[in-house]
Amino acid sequence: MFQRLKRSEARTVSLSVDGRPVTAFSGDSVAAALLAAGILACRTTPVSGAPRAPYCMMGVCFECLVTIDGVGSRQACLARVRDGMRIETQQGRREAGR
Amino acid sequence: MTAASPIKEHYDLAVVGAGPAGLAAATLAARLGLDTVLFDEQTAPGGQIYRSVTETPAGEPTLLGADYWHGAGLVGPFMESGAQYVPGATIWSISREREIGVSVGGCSRLLTARHIVLATGALERPFPIPGWTLPGVMTCGAAQILLKSSGLVASGKIVLAGTGPLLWLLAAQYLRAGVTIEALLDTTPAGNWAAALPYLPGFLVSSYAAKGLRLVREVKHRVKIVRGVTALAAKGGDRVEEVVYRRGEAGEVRLPVETLLLHQGVAPNVNLANSIGCTHRWDEAQLCFTPVVDEWGMSTVPGIAIAGDGAGIAGAMAAEHRGRLAALDAAHRLGKIDARRRDRDAAPHAAALARAERGRRFLDLLYRPAEAFRVPAGETLVCRCEEVTARQVLEAVALGCQGPNQLKSFLRCGMGPCQGRLCGLTVTELIARARGVPPSEIGYYRLRPPVKPITLAELAALPQTEAAAKAVLRG
Amino acid sequence: MSQPEVIVIGGGIHGCSAALHLARRGVKALVLEKDHAGRHASGVNAGGVRRLGRHPAEIPLSIASMAIWHRIRDLVDDDCGFDRNGQVKVAESEAELALLKARVDEVRALGFTHEELIDQRELREVVPAIADHCVGAIFCREDGAANPYRTTLAFRRAAVRAGATFIEGARVTALKREGRSWRVDTADGTSHAAAAIVNCAGAWADRVAAQLGESAPVIPSAFMLMISDRQPPFITPVVGATARPLSFKQFANGTVLIGGGYQGTLDRDANWTNLDFRGLALSAKTVWDLFPIMRNAGIVRAWAGIEARMPDDIPVIGPSATAEGVFHAFGFSGHGFQLGPISGAITAELATTGRTNLPIEPFHISRFT
Repeated sequence: MFQRLKRSEARTVSLSVDGRPVTAFSGDSVAAALLAAGILACRTTPVSGAPRAPYCMMGVCFECLVTIDGVGSRQACLARVRDGMRIETQQGRREAGR
Repeated sequence: MTAASPIKEHYDLAVVGAGPAGLAAATLAARLGLDTVLFDEQTAPGGQIYRSVTETPAGEPTLLGADYWHGAGLVGPFMESGAQYVPGATIWSISREREIGVSVGGCSRLLTARHIVLATGALERPFPIPGWTLPGVMTCGAAQILLKSSGLVASGKIVLAGTGPLLWLLAAQYLRAGVTIEALLDTTPAGNWAAALPYLPGFLVSSYAAKGLRLVREVKHRVKIVRGVTALAAKGGDRVEEVVYRRGEAGEVRLPVETLLLHQGVAPNVNLANSIGCTHRWDEAQLCFTPVVDEWGMSTVPGIAIAGDGAGIAGAMAAEHRGRLAALDAAHRLGKIDARRRDRDAAPHAAALARAERGRRFLDLLYRPAEAFRVPAGETLVCRCEEVTARQVLEAVALGCQGPNQLKSFLRCGMGPCQGRLCGLTVTELIARARGVPPSEIGYYRLRPPVKPITLAELAALPQTEAAAKAVLRG
Repeated sequence: MSQPEVIVIGGGIHGCSAALHLARRGVKALVLEKDHAGRHASGVNAGGVRRLGRHPAEIPLSIASMAIWHRIRDLVDDDCGFDRNGQVKVAESEAELALLKARVDEVRALGFTHEELIDQRELREVVPAIADHCVGAIFCREDGAANPYRTTLAFRRAAVRAGATFIEGARVTALKREGRSWRVDTADGTSHAAAAIVNCAGAWADRVAAQLGESAPVIPSAFMLMISDRQPPFITPVVGATARPLSFKQFANGTVLIGGGYQGTLDRDANWTNLDFRGLALSAKTVWDLFPIMRNAGIVRAWAGIEARMPDDIPVIGPSATAEGVFHAFGFSGHGFQLGPISGAITAELATTGRTNLPIEPFHISRFT
């Protein structure tokens, strides 16, 4: 899937994804952190329920939508990882009120 | 100034985008004495081409290459220029009166500027092939961003497909990082060479020629190159599992794949400029809509200038010089410098721009993507957000839909969160072919703010004024 | 085509409706539309189909129009996306509820029963997502909403099937008496003549009226709307408020439309509207207060159409005061969509028989002189 090149210094960041602990590196976007952790599809579409994963990594495709710290439909590629961040993949339509 | 400085309500100049054009524009404008702010959506400067240049973990210099590291030289001067830098800022609206709606840290506000330079750059052309929405199919640009920002490379079986210099650059960078690439499927149409040939002399004396040839040499003996690919499809269940291709009349070839990286050129990111009402025109050579701008980057809307690839694809070096020209013009228009000084100071940048543009025409024509990959058919998805197929678009045309804006009323095509960034060009060309008229006549989506979604809560928390309350009218 | 009997100026819902009703009477109608059918207010409004909250003068027309809506498929061979889940106008305080009660009493005194006052308990049954502070509402059970562009196009298609002709991209530049006919010139240099004219030119209708020496103080307006990303279904009726503008509706696909009446600015010659985000912020605050479930919804797009308001907020419907054979239907002030089916029936009846049974005196253009 995606693997890390060796790097000199690396400050790690601890997140949870759908309740499971995931380690990322400082400077990662949430999308990069998910891909590095082997999580490809981050949501299913509201129209057909098809699985989708990041496509452009630059904030234009809106495929990488996840719920971050309780707020839904956030672009994972634009959000920088932070210690304690709670990420949830999105199934179909966003839950009401989130 | 640091990112922690509060955002003011008013500036002389607001620059949108911290790529080469934006960095260069903001730096020069601040030095010329303009009260300048630079907004950028990313959390670190560099835009896309110089993504993460101040903090990349892929720091070994020969990995990303000298062209990339040139970007580092733009950041230092910017940080020292006196311009205010606001990272993590999404501009969701700009009005014709230059009122800017911006969201930073989950909080939105409105501010104004006397002059605005849009430097929002380019995005990858859509590449609508069957299965392009499968997880594991990404753009070459996405792979580059993962490499630059996180030192991540794809693993398992990797195939690159499409046309254009970025394919070769990514291939070279991946090889340097020790990654194995199964194949590079080159969709460059054979006929492009004939069209590009007249411009070959100009290309050969440009900086692109030597670099390009080096890249191709670096890649071609270490990766299986398949030229003349005329059809492509990604297949799989919940993710891409194989890529299927054809070359002309030859039979189908199937390659197992874990990551398929697509690229067929870039196009200006027009969403902000379009939503403000800047006039755009269809560029038949680059097959995209480009804003109408003068030699300083001034658009058709007073006070709004566009610099860099957002004003027309010309590459990172050209972007930098156009940024400086836009800054000089801004300083002149805002009364800081007279026209003579502007023109005198502009001369070296204009000359550098002309040099940087040399050879581009050859590249544009050589790598002009094939119609088969721009105008899909059947069940191939055109609009990813709303899952609208090519067949559905054609059915709407048969029912009398004349163009992309009417299409929004027949289908939800273009009404998803990406606001047409991944379907706009496809829709325009698809309708143009179906109606037998040129894309210039079909036009593009009429975009409106917010150009990126903002939450109801953020909008509700915008400052309220008496005037707005007075503007209330019962519907 | 051979000379039409009636030229309809404007291809919005009122023009398309007029053309359809004329064609059904066997009258040859030609519609001249400067852009394309449904391009302006008719195509981009909130789609409210309501009798609720109307000016008393409009109520009889609205009731007659609603009868058509309830069998719209019979008229235009399309259900127009019309759903009949009711319209609700909420009161956020006892003082507002008192206003609503007075309104319902007034409407009943006029002999109409479509508006019903409901208490907090019933409001919460009908609109479970409404904020706790809302104390009651007016409820019109058989009101609802439809798809405005689809409806306008359905009327256009039905009109064409019935024998009307449409010319789009034809902006009317001059209107002159020629013997017993009217001659109509368009910007591309062509010219048409007909015995009668129907002026459905919306935000440009004052210019048509001016050709006849008639004063019509049209106020071109840009009512702003916005739409959210998809939400799980949480509301069926269309909801408005009492003391602040709101039109709130969730579509079958889950997106939520927020309208109401805050104004942007516009250039009616350039077909251009400008959004005012401070006004949209007030709309957003209204929704934030009334529907907590929507607070983190993404607003994906905002827009404004070009509409005609009249100073007294009711339309101009009826014969011209100065010109024989000219009939007006414009200035619907942000609430004309529901009246579309009946307005065309009225103008068609006027153009062919010279009279109508519906009480249109309050809408006469002469009230502005």
